[in-house]
Amino acid sequence: MKINSPLEAYKFLPATNCGECGEPTCMAFAAHLIDRSHKLTDCTPILEPKFKKKYEELDALLAPEIREIVIGVGEKVAKIGGDDVLYRHKLTFFNQTQYAYDVWDTMDEKDLVERVNYIQDFKKFYVGNFLTVDMVAIRCTSNDPKKFGAAVKKVVETTDLPLILCSFNPEVLKAGLEASKDRNPLLYAANKDNWKEVAELALEYDVPVTLFAPNDLDLLKSMAKTFAAMGTEKLVLDPGTFPTGKQLKQTFTNFVKVRRAGIDGDRDIAYPIMAVPFTAWMAHDDPVSASYWETVVASVFTIKYGDIMILHSTEPYAMLPELHIRDTIYTDPRKPVTVDPAMYKVGEPTADSPVLVTTNFALTYYTVESDLASNKIDCFLWAIDTDGIGVEAAVAGGQLTAAKIKKGIEESGFDLKKDTTHNTIILPGLCARLQGDMEDESGANVMVGPADSGRLPGWLEKNWPPQKK
Amino acid sequence: MTKKMKLSQLSDMLQDLDVESLEGVTIEGDIELNITGGGGLNPALAYALGSEISQISLHMANIGRMLGFPAEQLFASAFGMGEMPQPQALPTSPKIQELLASKFEVSKVDNWKNPIQEVTLGATSGDGGSRKNTVTIGGENALPYYFDAEMPHRNYVTMDVFDMPIGMAKSVKGNYEDVINDPAEWAKKVVREFNADMVTIHLISTDPLINDTSAKEAAKVVEDVLQAVDVPIVIGGSGNPEKDPEVLEKAAEVAEGERVLLASASLNLDYARIAKAAMDYGHVVLSWTQLEINAQKELNRKLMKQCNVPRDRIIMDPTTAALGYGLDYAYTNMERIRLAGLMGDDELTFPMSSGTTNAWGAREAWMVSSPLKQDSDWGPREYRGPIWEIVTGLALSLAGNDMFMMMHPTSVQVLKEITQTLYGSIESEEIDITNWIGAEV
Ligand code: SF4
Repeated sequence: MKINSPLEAYKFLPATNCGECGEPTCMAFAAHLIDRSHKLTDCTPILEPKFKKKYEELDALLAPEIREIVIGVGEKVAKIGGDDVLYRHKLTFFNQTQYAYDVWDTMDEKDLVERVNYIQDFKKFYVGNFLTVDMVAIRCTSNDPKKFGAAVKKVVETTDLPLILCSFNPEVLKAGLEASKDRNPLLYAANKDNWKEVAELALEYDVPVTLFAPNDLDLLKSMAKTFAAMGTEKLVLDPGTFPTGKQLKQTFTNFVKVRRAGIDGDRDIAYPIMAVPFTAWMAHDDPVSASYWETVVASVFTIKYGDIMILHSTEPYAMLPELHIRDTIYTDPRKPVTVDPAMYKVGEPTADSPVLVTTNFALTYYTVESDLASNKIDCFLWAIDTDGIGVEAAVAGGQLTAAKIKKGIEESGFDLKKDTTHNTIILPGLCARLQGDMEDESGANVMVGPADSGRLPGWLEKNWPPQKK
Repeated sequence: MTKKMKLSQLSDMLQDLDVESLEGVTIEGDIELNITGGGGLNPALAYALGSEISQISLHMANIGRMLGFPAEQLFASAFGMGEMPQPQALPTSPKIQELLASKFEVSKVDNWKNPIQEVTLGATSGDGGSRKNTVTIGGENALPYYFDAEMPHRNYVTMDVFDMPIGMAKSVKGNYEDVINDPAEWAKKVVREFNADMVTIHLISTDPLINDTSAKEAAKVVEDVLQAVDVPIVIGGSGNPEKDPEVLEKAAEVAEGERVLLASASLNLDYARIAKAAMDYGHVVLSWTQLEINAQKELNRKLMKQCNVPRDRIIMDPTTAALGYGLDYAYTNMERIRLAGLMGDDELTFPMSSGTTNAWGAREAWMVSSPLKQDSDWGPREYRGPIWEIVTGLALSLAGNDMFMMMHPTSVQVLKEITQTLYGSIESEEIDITNWIGAEV
């Protein structure tokens, strides 16, 4: 975006402090525009005709440096690009990298449907939500428009996920477009040979299109400029993902260069970038090595500026780390690290229910909480103030001590003796060494639970209620 | 009433039309447009020119109307249309026959002016030690692997050895069952079989809550490891803040002259004693803080100012959290530290080390299956564990981490492969990806 202080945005707002946007003042709203937590359209008054000029000016100033491209339709619609910074701590990265897993048109229909279903159903619970993957890329391996059209049709019938249609043959792409017209698929790809025909298809069907110029940034920029002059800026750039050696190093350099140029204001190249870790399979024969290397390449380009990528391995040991590295990079660094230190109830605990201790590091807290809640365990969960550090590190660093736990208990107003029938607390396995101190400090019975809260259900079954001493 | 207009006024009006970008177009006194593009007028320019000329003609027509001439009728008959065309009605998707020429350019970062400190670990016989080779890290002038400046040293891996059997993930343990009771053999194994650049001996049995092994006993293990291998070593305590200074001091003494890395000095223990041991016996200090850039500055400052540790004897460990368990903080903390260093913060210009082994604390790395029924199948853990360690380390390598403390041989091999590829020292056969879509996999 071209401005960076609320004052600069404020100048364009109606200045009535009417509150329609949910903020008390226009100035407060302006601050949210700058940190991109509100949209300009949340200010309904500025949409009135009399403010049209100001709206348009401000809207242009607020537009992200990297264009935002929309793929697919409806609930599963995918947005990519839209970034304003090169380092996440400078603001945050927007629109997490979209992962497309491939199918191909020479697959058996049954296998194809099964694979698409696997892709769309894959999920992993994490901090209160499910992590899922995003898209299906359909590769034309037959070079037969009919076959490709049929495969695309089958995929469209099977899933609402956004699609990438992959072929360098315009006839094939056209057949794919016919079968997925209403789904706003991404075309892959225009190259130096077919660009005229592919551009026409992109314009005719009004869909986003990928430009493929392996290791040739001049060509990539030429194509982007040409497509823009022809009338479409719904572009995705693929500078080529070479899977090994010096070529991979060059790929890394290309990604960094393209994104830096875009953020620095070169509008001609300020589009989302595509990576194709799939090419790892062209360098490795053994499927485990290929999966591993593909995951490694995917991780590199999730961290460094890939906005969308095409992948092949659907092994959980590839998909799980991919989902997590993406979450790592795209989590908003401005969100709080901690939960309030307090006594929390999980389910509907009674005086007989167990009392467990954890830290106020949000990740630790939510992990423990979800392990307990999803197994329908009623209990009290104590989030001790460790300055937002996890259990193991907090014990090592002195932020989690017996005295701290005791203080946390006292401050919460909960009385172990009166409010429970058992006067017992359960420490996380990773702070077993605090058990003795804790007994001395609190006068309560102190039990040591498992090192991982995923094992709490089994552990409680065996150890709860505690034996009367 | 008649309106008079001179040609000079007309060209004044045209000045407002922003036509200066149209090279090769001159407007003569008799309102004649000379197009001097030569034979090869490029298609985009031709299109832009066409658009400008049409705009001009509209303005001209307006002038005509001001003068009382029914210009719209002329337009209508000329284009066979009933209405005067609006400028917006010009074609939006012109046919272009040739790609528009363009050159990609990007500048280097200009505020990375401060190099990261180089630190050498290990000492050969020429320098009073007995190591066969040394390891030097740091010296960067840019973010890792960036084209802005060559990275002077590759990343290095030091593999963990413990002075007693410890609980390990199953897929890790399988590699060490034969050496688990013998730290010296363990050290040999990681160097010979698993290609470790260095060895870390963790003296965890010294913890009063574990075996309370004396500092003297523990130092013997250090001597054994130094005998067993000739690579540089790292010496780690048990993490007990009361006991570690004593243990590391004794270990530093028996390793005199070997330029080991003492792990670690931190704000919650007697860091001055560890710093002094490093100075007295010729070692390097690991400055360990917990995910907090200001604490890292404070500890580095204390080591330098209060303990007089020279700059080439400090490495930082700003803490590694596992993928899915706070790696976002660890990543950004390291990236901020490295950027601050490059931009001139002298309290942060040190190479960094990561306890990448922490990745094994993630349940995804070691559990047989997900504890949550709603999850998709997690697949075999033998494959999940190593990739968890790899991705954790890889992320931090991109944030600027120089040295990795690791555990699983496969993780070490793959992490070395990718970091050295990005560093530029891995040769491999070139692969033609122009037709990757059709690849049989
Ligand atoms: S809705 Fe618009 S005019 Fe009203 S307070 Fe918010 S920013 Fe100001």
